[in-house]
Amino acid sequence: MNILRKKSTANLPFSETVIELFIRLCGFSCIIFVFGIFFFVFREGAGFLFNGLDIGQFLTSPEWYPTSLNNKRYGTFALILGTFSVTALAMCMAVPFGLGAAIFVSEFCSPKLRETFKIVIELLAAIPSVVWGFIGLTLMNQLIIQVFNAPIGLTMLNGSIMLALMSVPIIVSIAEDALKAVPDSYREAAEALGATRWQVVYRVLLPAAKNGLLAAVLLGAARSIGETMAVLMATGHSVNIPSGPLSWIRTLTATIAAELGEVARGDEHYQVLFIIGILLFTITFVVNLIADLVIKGIRQE
Amino acid sequence: MNYSIEAENLNLWYGDFQALIDVNVKIPHGQITSLIGPSGCGKSTLLRCFNRVNERYGNVTTKGKIEVLGKNIYDADVSLPELRKAVGMVFQRPNPLPISVYENVLFGLRIHSPMRSMTRTESDQIVEESLTSVFLWQDLKDRLKTRATSLQLEQQQKLCIARLLPLKPKIILMDEPCSALDAKGTRAVEELMEVLAGTYTFIIVTHNMAQARRVSKECIFMFLGELIEHRETQVLFTDPKHEKTSDYVQMRYG
Repeated sequence: MNILRKKSTANLPFSETVIELFIRLCGFSCIIFVFGIFFFVFREGAGFLFNGLDIGQFLTSPEWYPTSLNNKRYGTFALILGTFSVTALAMCMAVPFGLGAAIFVSEFCSPKLRETFKIVIELLAAIPSVVWGFIGLTLMNQLIIQVFNAPIGLTMLNGSIMLALMSVPIIVSIAEDALKAVPDSYREAAEALGATRWQVVYRVLLPAAKNGLLAAVLLGAARSIGETMAVLMATGHSVNIPSGPLSWIRTLTATIAAELGEVARGDEHYQVLFIIGILLFTITFVVNLIADLVIKGIRQE
Repeated sequence: MNYSIEAENLNLWYGDFQALIDVNVKIPHGQITSLIGPSGCGKSTLLRCFNRVNERYGNVTTKGKIEVLGKNIYDADVSLPELRKAVGMVFQRPNPLPISVYENVLFGLRIHSPMRSMTRTESDQIVEESLTSVFLWQDLKDRLKTRATSLQLEQQQKLCIARLLPLKPKIILMDEPCSALDAKGTRAVEELMEVLAGTYTFIIVTHNMAQARRVSKECIFMFLGELIEHRETQVLFTDPKHEKTSDYVQMRYG
């Protein structure tokens, strides 16, 4: 009856126990890291967050004067708007392009061309964000000045084009995986009923892969919200409530990056920057939560 | 005699491999014809030529002529959607689309007609008629909104037949339609074919020789890409002309 005995760790060989322990540790470390980051960011900002900061003003006032000598004001409304507007505009460009490219790569192009495309897309994803910022600062700046006859090209439009270019590869590769995961029998079934390739795409593949496609879009958006260097260099980095694609803006992330190096540790301003970090953390958390709920909602249908 | 399909000197290659060698065949109208033979003999390939669905796999070269309902389907002016509308296909694994039962039945009509050309009453009626003719209406009339992929396999396969009917096909190709089903499901699909046989021309590929004997009027035996024998089913099984056929039907190999 030996083989039927209840399994317990005592019976496992030593190496097995060690491996299991190691894998367990790897799994739990994700949770530990996330909570660790949250804890340290929160600790740095907590003092001022609960004692002195007017949260209402922090979220709704557009006045960001953290270095004023006699009247320091910490309003992030313009920065929040900056982050959201540049992300939204970037997504308007990246989602159609990204999903379109994914559909082309997965359904319409020849296997040989597909390999080339994949390599190029991976290459696009590997370009460091500071390089994108550099392109925005020089090339795109001139282009926007000439095309729109604008006084300066470092604008929301410029930043969002850079963000779009950065999130397209993410959207393409995840969306392509999602489309590839749709069983071929669905395509065959639809084609045997006389569907054209395009009908197969919009009547069969898009509904069947919608969870994965949504995940692709949300991850692309998350990349845009979190991006720092490119938007710092390309958007003009000026606190301003955006009035259109050609107005200059400043984002939450760029503010932290630009100012954290110049504040005294433990200072109010220093703590406010960490509170902005908490705010960013909360935003991404909410985006992920919504994504999860949406996907679960779809699944239950 | 009226023929639904006439193939002449049909040769087919997958890359360098020749899967069909000089096949000549005439499939009569309005009855069930079965295709038998050992694995890899080209019977599925031949079946998949009749609606050109095997062209999905890139490296296929076809030579020769296939007339479906009097029209050569390899002519340049043939429209694949129209061909596949006239020649429906049922696959080995039931493959309903991951949408509702209702939408599965209407899928074919929706892709072949302009947007919003059907009223709700019309489409309700079409769904009821189609499901009734495959004996699914009683089982599914209260579950039209469920996802078709969650049905039992037998129901899924019947649904795959039902969704061909609104397109009013002339020919229905069946590629081992019962191999994923149990005995009861197999029986149900066979009965369904017998009922529908007068209206449609059926061609069924099967590994199950008992099934070929039960359902088909004519039977085609294929071996290594060649059509060896095509005769009335009872004759082919009781008095085969070729040695290979008799070996196969007496199960000496396969």
